[in-house]
Amino acid sequence: MLSWYYLKGIIMLAGIYLLPVLGLSLLTGFTGLFSFGHAGFMAIGGYTTAFMMMKLKVPFIPAILIGGLFAALFSFIIGKLTLKLKGDYFCIATLGFGEAIRLLLDNIQYFGGARGWPGLPLKTTLTTVIIIDIIAVILLRNIIRSRHGRNMIAVREEELASSIIGIDTFKYKMISLVISAFYAGVGGGLLGTYLGFLQPKIFSLTRSTELTIIVIFGGLGSLTGSVVGTILLIALPEILRSFANWRLVVYGVIVVFIMIARPEGLMGGKELSFDIIRNLFRKRVKEVKAEGGK
Amino acid sequence: MNILEVNGLTKQFGGLTAVNDVTFDVERGSITGLIGPNGAGKTTIFNLVTGVYKVSGGKIVFNGKEIQNEEAYKIANMGITRTFQNIRLFKKLTVYENILTACQYNANYSLFEAMIFGLVPKRFKRNSRFYREEKQLKEQAEELMEILGLEDRKNFIANNLPYGLQRRLEIARALALRPKLLLLDEPAAGMNPDETEKLTELIAFVRDKFDLSVLLIEHHMDLVMEICDKIVVLNFGCKLAEGTPKEIQQNPEVQKAYLGGGNNA
Repeated sequence: MLSWYYLKGIIMLAGIYLLPVLGLSLLTGFTGLFSFGHAGFMAIGGYTTAFMMMKLKVPFIPAILIGGLFAALFSFIIGKLTLKLKGDYFCIATLGFGEAIRLLLDNIQYFGGARGWPGLPLKTTLTTVIIIDIIAVILLRNIIRSRHGRNMIAVREEELASSIIGIDTFKYKMISLVISAFYAGVGGGLLGTYLGFLQPKIFSLTRSTELTIIVIFGGLGSLTGSVVGTILLIALPEILRSFANWRLVVYGVIVVFIMIARPEGLMGGKELSFDIIRNLFRKRVKEVKAEGGK
Repeated sequence: MNILEVNGLTKQFGGLTAVNDVTFDVERGSITGLIGPNGAGKTTIFNLVTGVYKVSGGKIVFNGKEIQNEEAYKIANMGITRTFQNIRLFKKLTVYENILTACQYNANYSLFEAMIFGLVPKRFKRNSRFYREEKQLKEQAEELMEILGLEDRKNFIANNLPYGLQRRLEIARALALRPKLLLLDEPAAGMNPDETEKLTELIAFVRDKFDLSVLLIEHHMDLVMEICDKIVVLNFGCKLAEGTPKEIQQNPEVQKAYLGGGNNA
């Protein structure tokens, strides 16, 4: 019953959604800005990629990157306009942006309007998804562990104190937003070429909310958490298929209960790194040696 | 030679004039005290000097440059930094991370260098700017922790530190910028006499060690009188007096502002 084809589909979907989640993890988890418009960036990435491949005959990988860059460009404009706003207003602005993009696409007949855009080339394979995911995680980890990442975390922790120690808070919020939009755009491009079909409905507000839920579920400020969260929350609805109509209700209940049990998210800001694994291993070896010594 | 010159500084919030035409200097290498009753405008002056608030009128000259229209982070990078009355640490980070975050001095590696070199084996990146500078920053952070006696609390979460050490950590974080002028906003607030004594020593020590000038708001008069070279007194947003601790103690106007004064009271 559980065929490889079905399983592969779920893994690919999780791998594709991992990209916008990682981007959002940087923005929300590490920089402290909430966004409810990342599906909008996915849509821009997806439609740009489709346009590049279908109309301009650009090859697959460059098309995806251009999709990501286009999403990043849009986020730059949004950021210029709204990042000076304090606190929750940025969040509301992104919400409006996401919905505006969806409604625009609904009405642009050139891209198929609300009916969608069928017949996209099915270029996304499991290998591409996994390779892109690994690169994405490594790059993000490198950013976070550098002084630039530390600056973003400082902005999240205490904005006033950050500016007093010489951090350009606006710049770092912007960098964080642009990178996260790029990730979302690439994710959108992969999604389109995986489904072979794009429709504005895919990128609704619900999708944006879902991305934010995954980040919080996995634990703010933890990349490992975002990865684990994505795999669990994308796979969960499939596992729950046997509940039929009650599927999404059960999904909601599970999320609520996990958040009650672990309000800091699955990983709670902790990372699973090679160092930790190595240290655990060393400890074991030491214990074994110590026992042997007796 | 003055490191900071405040000239006719004014700040209005709507109809309220919080700071009114205040003029004073901070001499290079000195410790200057800023005192006055609550609501006199002391913290507002700090916020104006560090660029947190925009100035309504007047000039602030730091090291010969006018800074009253600069943004807070630029002023910080020029060499003015501060601590806060209600401590503002990066609460969920460790002591080490708090200091390391502030260690930015001389680090110029870009985001792309960080992205590329972050996870590369050491022998390939040893010559990269990223590796060199990152190593330097970590050494700076370690050194600062040692100087301020925080090294045994390296991995403590800032929020869990005792109050006195949180103050100390905030000073350490400020020093990571290698500032030329350090503003301390009520550093002894809520401290017992023993902690205050230690803090007094720390401020003098830090001034000599890091070649700083210090501007300090404080209500603990023992501390102020002991370490300040000069004191500026504010009352209701205006400058009331300026002088050495001795002059200030004997100034009748200051006594009136502090002790309340009617006729012959």
